Amino acid sequence: MPRTLTFHVFRHNPRDPGSEPGVREYQVEEASGMTLFIALTRIREEHDPGLSFDFVCRAGVCGSCAMLINGRPGLACRTLTSELPGTISLFPLPGFELIADLSVNTGKWMRAMSERLQAWVHLSCEVNLNEIEAAMDPDLAEAVYELDRCIECGCCVAACGTALMRPDFVGAVGMNKLARFRLDPRDDRSDAEYYQLIGDDSGIFGCMSLLGCQDVCPKELSLQTQIAYLRRAMARQGL
Amino acid sequence: MNSPDSFLPPRIDPWPARLDLLQSATGLVLGLFMWLHMLFVSSILLGNDAMWTVARFFEGYFFFGYPLPWLVSAFVAMIFALFVTHAWLALRKFPTHWRQHMAYMRHMRAMRHEDTFLWFVQVLTGFAMFFLAPVHLYLMLTHPELIGPYESADRVWSGRMWPLYLVLLFLVELHGGIGLYRLAVKWGDFKDAVASRRKLKRLKWGLTVFFLVLGLATLAAYMKLGMEHAPNAGERYQPAVSFLPPLSKGGGGGFLARASVPPSQIPPNPPLAKGGMA
Repeated sequence: MPRTLTFHVFRHNPRDPGSEPGVREYQVEEASGMTLFIALTRIREEHDPGLSFDFVCRAGVCGSCAMLINGRPGLACRTLTSELPGTISLFPLPGFELIADLSVNTGKWMRAMSERLQAWVHLSCEVNLNEIEAAMDPDLAEAVYELDRCIECGCCVAACGTALMRPDFVGAVGMNKLARFRLDPRDDRSDAEYYQLIGDDSGIFGCMSLLGCQDVCPKELSLQTQIAYLRRAMARQGL
Repeated sequence: MNSPDSFLPPRIDPWPARLDLLQSATGLVLGLFMWLHMLFVSSILLGNDAMWTVARFFEGYFFFGYPLPWLVSAFVAMIFALFVTHAWLALRKFPTHWRQHMAYMRHMRAMRHEDTFLWFVQVLTGFAMFFLAPVHLYLMLTHPELIGPYESADRVWSGRMWPLYLVLLFLVELHGGIGLYRLAVKWGDFKDAVASRRKLKRLKWGLTVFFLVLGLATLAAYMKLGMEHAPNAGERYQPAVSFLPPLSKGGGGGFLARASVPPSQIPPNPPLAKGGMA
């Protein structure tokens, strides 16, 4: 006998002057293998065509469908309703600009963070595109790739008590990015230069090791390890 | 633009790093000290002479042949300074605005995440210690010689310090245990961070329970001794052990004069006013 799931979904469109923030209730019959993404699609098809939520890949790759699921950040497409109780609350990720309902502008936040942290490979000289690229040690390439698996879904920011108290905090996603470039032999920046970017309380030293980021990351990145690694490297700069 | 885009001003401000290191270092020293402190204080469970021996040891009695209570005062002053430094540095992390406080509370309730909750426990216990720990530290700073089986028991019971010590026990053990665990995950280089963290969490709770049980037993022992000794509150303890070296150097005050003669010949201390400090 399939369960009837009760959804409490946050509804608000800040661009509509008549919209008041509130929670709307929907009933959906559970199907086998149902994800939250499927349930939300059904709500939109059967109950409320005006419901806004983001999705692209439906496979945990794009990071668009991150939301607060019963209070915890997670990807709607990767969360099975069978893992949840019969009553499910869905809220937009905190810490990001609300577009409407469950849709938030993580892109704007991530772009600002990337620009602030200069999260791209910095080369000291021009690359000669006619030359064969220097080979990278396979283990190192693997390690860089591991950190590149971050999909910028924003779950780590929404799970971080520090980021919610202090909006200028770069979050685990930012620190993971810098750890990735610090590892990359093509990036010529020194630790003193990285320190300029995150060597303060809005960067690495603001992290209070609450580890919500580590515990909710849908890609299971070892954020605790990366943050500790950066903290040790940046602390050496102060000595 | 001629300069590469990685150009940054060469001078960096080292202080954020130093302050972070200092907060961790002071926390580490204080946390480990509190565990050792509990072990020393709990020597009362092994008997009055064991506690007396530990107390005199830290006054240098077994090195110099006579006690130097100012050694304890100096050490307390150092701990006091570390405490103030740690509190000052930790204040930077406190939610200072109501909006921040509410954001954290809402987040904590929604997340139901242990480490997020434990940080809030640290904020609460740390805040409470701002007010309660200095009471004890000041007493130890100004009366270092009044550490002993009867002296401490009188302070606990007749001096009515036991409610403070009972609260401080929980504050210190929770704050210190969580803090040391957090230091490990903050700085540690673990091969398998997830498994290590699980082990650290188990170790942390195990040690917290151990020190809480030890602390409660110790406090109960002092309260019992203080209750029994209440009629003679203020009387100093004379050890019954025979292996202790004789107190060779006289003229060091009442304690020395009395300690070098048999207990039966020691004149009683003037009685304390009822409910007064031992």
